Amino acid sequence: MYTQLVDTEAKRLRSRSELSEPEQLFQARLDAEQKIEPGDDMPEAYRRTLIRQISQHAHSEWVGMLPEGNWITRAPTLARKCILLAKVQDEGGHALYLYAAAETLGVARETLIEELHAGNAKYSSIFNYPTLTWADVGAIGWLVDGAAIMNQIPLCRCSYGPYARAMVRICKEESFHQRQGYDLMLALCRGAPEQKQMAQDALDRWWWPAVMMFGPPDESSPHTAQSKAWRIKLYTNDELRQKFIDQSVPQADYLGLKVPDAALKWNEASGHYDFGTIPWDEFFRVVQGDGPCNRDRLDTRREAWEGGRWVREAATAHAVKTAARRRDTHATAPGSNGVSP
Amino acid sequence: MNDWPLWEVFIRSQHGLAHKHVGSLHAPDGEMALRNARDIYTRRGEGSSIWVVRSTDILASSPDEKEALFSPSISKVYRHPTFFPMPDEVKHL
Repeated sequence: MYTQLVDTEAKRLRSRSELSEPEQLFQARLDAEQKIEPGDDMPEAYRRTLIRQISQHAHSEWVGMLPEGNWITRAPTLARKCILLAKVQDEGGHALYLYAAAETLGVARETLIEELHAGNAKYSSIFNYPTLTWADVGAIGWLVDGAAIMNQIPLCRCSYGPYARAMVRICKEESFHQRQGYDLMLALCRGAPEQKQMAQDALDRWWWPAVMMFGPPDESSPHTAQSKAWRIKLYTNDELRQKFIDQSVPQADYLGLKVPDAALKWNEASGHYDFGTIPWDEFFRVVQGDGPCNRDRLDTRREAWEGGRWVREAATAHAVKTAARRRDTHATAPGSNGVSP
Repeated sequence: MNDWPLWEVFIRSQHGLAHKHVGSLHAPDGEMALRNARDIYTRRGEGSSIWVVRSTDILASSPDEKEALFSPSISKVYRHPTFFPMPDEVKHL
């Protein structure tokens, strides 16, 4: 998922009687599916965990611009280039909605970005894989955004109001991402044999990393119980993974592509696909910073931050100068911005 | 960037409804806040007008006052038209 291994500071879920009185009141609000808003009382661990989760989600969107950005200048048609530009711009927007949601918990966006650049903050493992061909842009839209939607739709109902509201906006836009990806794959699969082979190669490389986006299996996911109790995670990693596989396999069949899993088989009794062994060693290697592109991704983000410094400084200088000139944009003419009662 | 104030963004959709809060952003001044709001919150024709307001200029009711402020209205069901059953024979009411 766009968030993986989020630490809740709880080794195990405490029973109701182990909670303090304010914690019990808080839990009762969550159990009644009430939304928690920024000014409300909340346990410190809930607040800190949400900051970790939302900022990790934001960082994923932020770094997530890079793999696809790699192909903007080489898109095969003007239409595809416009679509890809719009998608990558959306990812930047999603990061901004999420950083704003995190800020309502009392942390500054700049602090979060510094943590990312210092290598102390996580982002999704998926963005540490390279985009080697144009078909990768299709595979990412179809599978990576598809996996993201699967997790984000339930999060529209999560307990923290600003996070849930950001998710509503994001989900509306994410659906475009997934469809443009599948549409790109369709075009390749209906094209020349070489194009179809390119699509198959992309599926071969992206399938397992996409399946691993949902995070480790439930038995190695010690924070799931607490996150579920807090209603900041609504389904377990394995539940979402199974749903993703069940939905994606028929989509691959339609494309005429083969999912790279020899053990993949429809199970009539369970009503789900059985699948093979997931390469978890690879997942943990990538999460711990040693994937194919980890260093490159962070270097690119740091360079962009430093390269944009003069723009931020110029904007600040301009604001100071104009404020001095006319005191305050708003104070001079209340109606001038089209503001009317 | 920490020096940049936080702005709350309100958008009026095409349908003549009131401006609605959509989110927030950082910008050095009101003009940049409007430009950024346009890029961040109206990429799909969501709006026909944008307001930006410094977050610090918004005075909000406190969550602690929720009970005192809002519970008195809950019991006043007669404020809703559906409180008054109308005979089926009577039209246009």
